[in-house]
Amino acid sequence: MSTHVNSSKLIPGATGEWEVVIGLEIHAQVTSKSKLFSGASTEFGGAPNSHVSLVDAAMPGMLPVINEECVKQAIRTGLGLKAQINLRSVFDRKNYFYPDLPQGYQISQYKYPIVGEGVVLVDLSPTEQISVGIERLHLEQDAGKSLHDLGANDSHVDLNRSGVALMEIVSKPDMRSADEAKAYVTKLRTILRYIGSCDGNMEQGSLRADVNVSVRKPGAPFGTRCEIKNVNSIRFIGQAIDVEARRQIGILEDGGKIDQETRLYDPNKGETRSMRSKEEAHDYRYFPDPDLLPLEFDQAFVDELGAHLPELPDEKKARFVSQYGLSPYDAGVLVLERASADYFEAAAKGRDAKLVANWVINELFGRLNKEGKSIETSPVSAAQIGGIVDLIASNVISGKLAKDLFEIVWTEGGDPAQIVEARGMKQVTDAAAIEATVDEIIAKNPDKVAQAQAKPTMLGWFVGQVMKGTGGKANPQTVNEILKSKLGI
Amino acid sequence: MSDLTRLTLADAREGLAAKTFSAVELTQAHLDAMARAKGLNAYIVETPDKALAMARASDAKIAKGEAGPLEGIPLGIKDLYATEGVQTTAASHILEGFIPPYESTVTSNLWRDGATMLGKLNLDEFAMGSSNETSYFGPVVSPWRRNGSDAKIVPGGSSGGSAAAVAARLCLGATATDTGGSIRQPAAFTGTVGIKPTYGRCSRFGVVAFASSLDQAGPIAKTVRDTAILLRSMAGHDPKDTTSVDAPVPDYEKAVGASIRGKVIGIPKEYRLDGLSAEIASLWDQGVAWLRAAGAEIREISLPHTRHALPAYYIVAPAEASSNLARYDGVRYGLRKTGKDIVDLYELTRAEGFGKEVRRRIMIGTYVLSAGYYDAYYLRAQKIRSLIKRDFDLAYQSGVDAILTPATPSPAFALGEKGSADPVEMYLNDVFTVTVNMAGLPGLVLPGGLSSDGLPLGLQLIGRPFEEESLFSLAQVIEEAAPKIGLPESWWG
Repeated sequence: MSTHVNSSKLIPGATGEWEVVIGLEIHAQVTSKSKLFSGASTEFGGAPNSHVSLVDAAMPGMLPVINEECVKQAIRTGLGLKAQINLRSVFDRKNYFYPDLPQGYQISQYKYPIVGEGVVLVDLSPTEQISVGIERLHLEQDAGKSLHDLGANDSHVDLNRSGVALMEIVSKPDMRSADEAKAYVTKLRTILRYIGSCDGNMEQGSLRADVNVSVRKPGAPFGTRCEIKNVNSIRFIGQAIDVEARRQIGILEDGGKIDQETRLYDPNKGETRSMRSKEEAHDYRYFPDPDLLPLEFDQAFVDELGAHLPELPDEKKARFVSQYGLSPYDAGVLVLERASADYFEAAAKGRDAKLVANWVINELFGRLNKEGKSIETSPVSAAQIGGIVDLIASNVISGKLAKDLFEIVWTEGGDPAQIVEARGMKQVTDAAAIEATVDEIIAKNPDKVAQAQAKPTMLGWFVGQVMKGTGGKANPQTVNEILKSKLGI
Repeated sequence: MSDLTRLTLADAREGLAAKTFSAVELTQAHLDAMARAKGLNAYIVETPDKALAMARASDAKIAKGEAGPLEGIPLGIKDLYATEGVQTTAASHILEGFIPPYESTVTSNLWRDGATMLGKLNLDEFAMGSSNETSYFGPVVSPWRRNGSDAKIVPGGSSGGSAAAVAARLCLGATATDTGGSIRQPAAFTGTVGIKPTYGRCSRFGVVAFASSLDQAGPIAKTVRDTAILLRSMAGHDPKDTTSVDAPVPDYEKAVGASIRGKVIGIPKEYRLDGLSAEIASLWDQGVAWLRAAGAEIREISLPHTRHALPAYYIVAPAEASSNLARYDGVRYGLRKTGKDIVDLYELTRAEGFGKEVRRRIMIGTYVLSAGYYDAYYLRAQKIRSLIKRDFDLAYQSGVDAILTPATPSPAFALGEKGSADPVEMYLNDVFTVTVNMAGLPGLVLPGGLSSDGLPLGLQLIGRPFEEESLFSLAQVIEEAAPKIGLPESWWG
């Protein structure tokens, strides 16, 4: 845990430096066909109230029945978080009234969650890694959605989400800056996506964060925290933390004190606003749900799920470093998404892996980002990238031409080798051919020759002329060597 | 034709099989009796068209030799069971007019086996009550009256409609539910037989929940055999109810008439309450004598935590109820009273929709679960519950097969006589029955005789978990030995 104080993360204030302390509760929608306690579909974007069972609508006499797939997803996730899996956990009722909560209570896990303590390793930079403790993970029902803008006087309720399974993943207060919190959420999302237990889609609300923020003087005990509810993008998480930390520091430096309360982040105004104070906090009257038996399974069940877990990002990164000789940074970039890692491995097979990594990270990822595309929708396949790298490695094309080739493959598709052949893009390494061009240019430009002999930096002008004369296909190294010897510099 | 409503369910089954009469005739006889008995207010909704349509279908099956175990048997359904296309209210204003698009598992099982539905039976609102006086649709009047009096007597509750309908011959049997005695106390008050099976024996799916960890479905009928026949059809595992138990359902009827020789019967000394009426004490002694005469061994036992059961029950049950009834909020179905905002809607709807006793229990339940009181009330009550269960476990481990107790501390009382000033006076009706729910055990009540003023008195047999068969064997012995109190003759029309 980061119990050390990292001075670069401190926030300067009028009375000295402050340290921000952050803990996150992430609500991750479980990837499953049906809801946590009913057979209704979890598909996103259906017509309002089209994915609602009698159980979801809390009709009289309806009973919840646990969806085993959701339990498996929670266990898989717990294993991915290197966490304690509890072989016995209990579902409780969290009681409160709200129109989008048909039962009048949310079925959640309070005292006995399915997953206990774990840890997530988070890379902050090529050289800095922190470990964020996981307090617990529990399963609970999502609520429906209240719609207030359909009628002048009425509100409407869409219960499609009502009863969808969520995993609430609670971290320990181990983060000390907005960047750390953002990196943690990014890493957590990567793990969830690797496992396939949550699609991590924040735009669709599949991943939401409640952010607990407090500030203190370095070395002092924890300050009073405020909880910023329901932040739905990684960028906003960072903004909300910075804004809230500055608000708290301002209050404390003015001699005030922080009230423990729930707040909302308004990204338009760039401020957090009070939602309800501790005194106004609901009394949820938790008690074990008598409709559900305690959730029990044996270690063999857990082991079986563990045996089929995919290679997780940390393990994959370590393997990329040792197996392919990549830098930890490049390996880290490649394993961010499982699909990217798979893409890289497919392209790197039997090739210079470092060269492939460079091309994937710099050319491909750069272009994908620019065009807003994902690796899954990349116009350039792993085989095509591999083909380009093969042409570079065998000196058939230069690095510069390779970029042109990449452009052609991106826009037009096709086999890189055939394109190079068909369009005469092969690099000229034949010294005699280059020599002829060099001789021609020297003959035509005696003044430049004199200048170059006096001032060797003029060599660049000659290189440019030769490249021009060869349509950019001359091997630059060969050109250099020939020019130097002909000009005698 | 003789009055078909006077038949037992078992007799009617034989008559139908022998084609002595048709299912339509049998059903019509009960519909006619129901039409004459409106004054008892046993049914909230009568479904004559549905009943006759089902009876005709049964006659067709009987003709084809495809009769189910309950083919053509007309039943009344407690209005706590959801019945597809038929109003289901839990006797509450808040659900008035609610027509479920689904059927409870227990009633589905009954229809699968060929039974026909006469209508929906009255009950205490949300099954909260011991006299059927809390129903939004008015109290049920017992067909029984005290000797020489025409004062209206309560049938007990919450399954008052079920018990009264069986006793007044308005159905051959009825479904009921029991959370703290709601099958057994009304059975005792009406001279009928009722069994609350082991928790988990019947599915709760589609039964409006009162207190989920205590609620259990069961039948009320005229005889021990009839209840055994009904329970076999009602019981069974249901994947839609996680708390239902996946164990085979025995043919309970086979246990009726089986020897009880050598069975060990526990007599719990703690049930001999201070001030227990001589009449009840003497009935209890009678019960002991009948079982001993049939070869049972009688043994005094101790269930030391008994006196804590009632207070603990009145914490656990309202706690669960306060949460179970949160869904009746006026948003999706049932009564809605709009106000200036959503909180207003909740308050107006629930204030008007729930009766006084339901509101009282929601408030008690909300209180005992609230922060700062949870440990003192709910958690302690759950610990007591464990101790009560352990009392029974120890008794059974010591070799006791079943336990005999009185069913109620008194015979039925008159309408308006109890509980109006002090609800605890009403709650005390459950003193002998709540322990059984707290421990999740099966309990059967049957008539043992009449009180000095001519009202039925019941005995209760408590069994080991899932050993309902023992109860049927023992109850049959008592039924044969006890004086035949019969059912009351009609004064109601």
